[in-house]
Amino acid sequence: MAEFTLKIRRYSPESGEGPYWESFETELPGHRSVLEGILQVKDRQDGSLAIRCSCRAAICGSCGVKVNGKPMLACNTHLEWAQSNSKDGEITVEPMGNMPVLKDLIVDMDAVHWKKIQRITPWLLPDGEPPEREYVVPHESMVDVTQSMACIQCGACVSDCLSMEVDPLFIGPAALAKAYRFVGDPRDGQHEERLRDLAEDPHGIYDCTHCFFCIEACPKGVAPMSQIMRLRRLAGSDYEIDDRNNGHRHEQAFVDNIRKHGLLHEADLLPDSYGGKLHPRTVPELVDSLPVITRALLRRKVTPQNALLHPHKASEEVKRIFEKVEGRPERLEFNLYVSGTEDDPDAPGPEDEQGPHDSGAGADGQAQQAGSGPQKKRS
Amino acid sequence: MPAYDVLIIGAGLAGQRAALAAADAGATVGLMSKVHPVRSHSNAAAGGINAALNPEDSWESHAFDTVKGSDYLGDQDAIEIMCREAPDEILVLEHLGVTFHRDTEGRLGTRAFGGASAARTYYVADITGQALLHVLYEQMMKYHEKVDSYEEWFVTSLLTDDEGRCTGVIAREIRDGHLELFPAKSVILASGGAGQAFRPTTNALICTGDGIAQAYRIGAPLMDMEMIQYHPTTLAENGFLITEGARGEGAHLYNAEGERFMERYAPNKLELAGRDVVSRAEQVEINEGRGFEDGTIALDITKVPRKRILESLREIVNIGRDFAGVDITREPIHIRPGMHYMMGGVKTDVHGQTTVEGLYAAGEVACVSVHGGNRLGANSLLDTLIFGRRAGEHAARRAREVAMPEAAFSRLRDEERWIESIIAREHGGRRVSEIKLELGTTMNEKCAVFRDEEGLTEALEIIDRLREEAESAWIDDRGTVFNQDVLGAIELGFMVDCAHTILLGALERKESRGAQYRTDFPERNDDEWLKHIDISRNGAEPELSYSPVTITKWQPEERKY
Repeated sequence: MAEFTLKIRRYSPESGEGPYWESFETELPGHRSVLEGILQVKDRQDGSLAIRCSCRAAICGSCGVKVNGKPMLACNTHLEWAQSNSKDGEITVEPMGNMPVLKDLIVDMDAVHWKKIQRITPWLLPDGEPPEREYVVPHESMVDVTQSMACIQCGACVSDCLSMEVDPLFIGPAALAKAYRFVGDPRDGQHEERLRDLAEDPHGIYDCTHCFFCIEACPKGVAPMSQIMRLRRLAGSDYEIDDRNNGHRHEQAFVDNIRKHGLLHEADLLPDSYGGKLHPRTVPELVDSLPVITRALLRRKVTPQNALLHPHKASEEVKRIFEKVEGRPERLEFNLYVSGTEDDPDAPGPEDEQGPHDSGAGADGQAQQAGSGPQKKRS
Repeated sequence: MPAYDVLIIGAGLAGQRAALAAADAGATVGLMSKVHPVRSHSNAAAGGINAALNPEDSWESHAFDTVKGSDYLGDQDAIEIMCREAPDEILVLEHLGVTFHRDTEGRLGTRAFGGASAARTYYVADITGQALLHVLYEQMMKYHEKVDSYEEWFVTSLLTDDEGRCTGVIAREIRDGHLELFPAKSVILASGGAGQAFRPTTNALICTGDGIAQAYRIGAPLMDMEMIQYHPTTLAENGFLITEGARGEGAHLYNAEGERFMERYAPNKLELAGRDVVSRAEQVEINEGRGFEDGTIALDITKVPRKRILESLREIVNIGRDFAGVDITREPIHIRPGMHYMMGGVKTDVHGQTTVEGLYAAGEVACVSVHGGNRLGANSLLDTLIFGRRAGEHAARRAREVAMPEAAFSRLRDEERWIESIIAREHGGRRVSEIKLELGTTMNEKCAVFRDEEGLTEALEIIDRLREEAESAWIDDRGTVFNQDVLGAIELGFMVDCAHTILLGALERKESRGAQYRTDFPERNDDEWLKHIDISRNGAEPELSYSPVTITKWQPEERKY
């Protein structure tokens, strides 16, 4: 048994007062969860403390909260881990971000999260009548979408999404991961329509800024950002959807820019995103961007010399990376469930191509084994 | 005031499946749950769902396994229906988008499960229940104009008219605390079991037997209540479930002496015998001193190839890591039998109808009885879907024949006063949480894998005391918004009713069958006890009666695995 202090963000809409912090002492073994600490407080000290919870085992997705400022499930976050990661020994627990607080640790998921889920047409849209028996689909594709099926709709990724903070209309990590569940499902007959919809929406797939926070926040290894990137690759490269947001061209400009210079060359990036310096769309965009360019020059973020005469050229190593990645017959995608491991001689990629997917909440930073699975490239 | 042809209470698999079926049949449908539908406890069913879909398999074989698994207490007409309809139900779900595991040819693939004579368990990794629940919820989102969803509404009572018919419900919106009356031509209870009456349990905190107690309070008989399944593999400390899928994939059980003891208890099926058999074997090993010091048995999954574990048992890798500090791919994990499932519940026919007109039940809240004395693994998801659908279809048909009941506003005012009186209780007696803890530990001590008259009688006395204490138990929250405290007090009353009937049934059944093992009556006794125990309450006191077991093809035999 050990003592832990839980400093909890309280709010009661009926009190007429604003939110405040209240500290409670709990006594539990350190490997028990923050949720168990909160439940002990509810049972013994203050039953009015409100938190959604049900399964206690990281399956139902009810108890998403922020512990020490980071979104996670209270039920699979160990008290001792939370204490050692706190600022001053007090474990802070507060409601998730990006959603309105209803009471104490309870947020309005309907107003944000579920609305966004509904936005992506979250049901299978098969072509024609179903077969007499099951749809015959590759084993790998079902395992592949299992990663996004593993989402428990806890909202942790939504809570920490930086893009959503700036653009509350952004469809967001959870809903886009859910979208991949349909786009990656061979039984769905509307892949292209779905991708076009998500690419053309100004708050769609190109609204993500690659901050990785959702991957870090996800307690189930869904890696929402990876699913968003897969939607982009499918939309831009495979279906060649040239979206009106310039998202795909902007992304392509980054790749070309690096291929050419090895380092980012800002002066080229913007014109290239619109089709090159001489493209008719580029001029008005450049004019629109003049204030930004001016500020960047004044703050010496860019110097005229660097901007116009980029001194870097891509090194041989950079070229080799491009050759290797582009030389593959199939595109490799990270996927938690399609897991090549050392026991498996047929694993699709060599060890150095596998990357860790952080398992997220309370897991002492233990990385889950992740592997790369084949993804059929469409032409 | 909303009124529905079909009002469904509980939005897990049974409830959502009923909603889909009733809406497809043209009824107006309300779907109400005290939690958001995807938080329902159907999530926890990890391992899979049974169906004889493979051409080499047969529904008769599935049915026989289920009958045998039930220790011949299951009603064979209902079991036949469930097993016959199982393959089509799997295909319906597959067509709706469930990402079932495929074999190398891309067809539906299976895994082995306990008590089954063929590998007929269809699955999605070890998140089958979650995958089914979320896909059904996708359909609910698609049906958002056809099905009104009341998420985070808590039903406090079922309504009846002067003739004893069920005419709707009274429910409290948790978000703002207001009570509302919902008249309905039919009410379908799909609100799950009462696992929280035991501690520890694999069940979620929401499994407080609400529907069972609500039906009991308006006179619907409960059946097979004594049949409580203890799952063979739960974590010692907190009761969390390790799926039977682990054993289905090839994991073994060892005692502290390193012996694979199931060879002695079930030489043919070993770890994949019926759950009651495996749990009992483990408990004997533990009681006779061959368990580990912490009163556990070792489950060794390391024999299963690592890639296979990571692909199909990933959830228990997480559970082992997060809740036991064990990497199950590299070392055994310590487990013991733990309360898991109620075979009993509100007595229904094969259409989900209870004996109260206008009231249906489906899923764990109900007792059809397809599970009898012991449920087979991967038959619970099937039960929820088959009988959820059948109840939804039947209730929709009934709606065409009956008129919408009148709204009973006087009941609404009584209910409001009752809830206000709970909130206003003086701090004097015991806290709700203290009583709940004593209830759970009592049940788990005296009404577990092994039972006897002395323990059950003691437990009944304790429950009687707890019932009185519960009536004055106090709470902290005086507010209206998300007052979870007052809901806890109401749930405690539901759990006490459930525990009481469980004990009455267990005391009454003087034999050992399925999950009921009486050390004072260690044999199965078909002459006297091949029958269901029904418990109903029309006045203050519970009444016990018997009903026959329906036998179609399979006469009782000795049960060996």
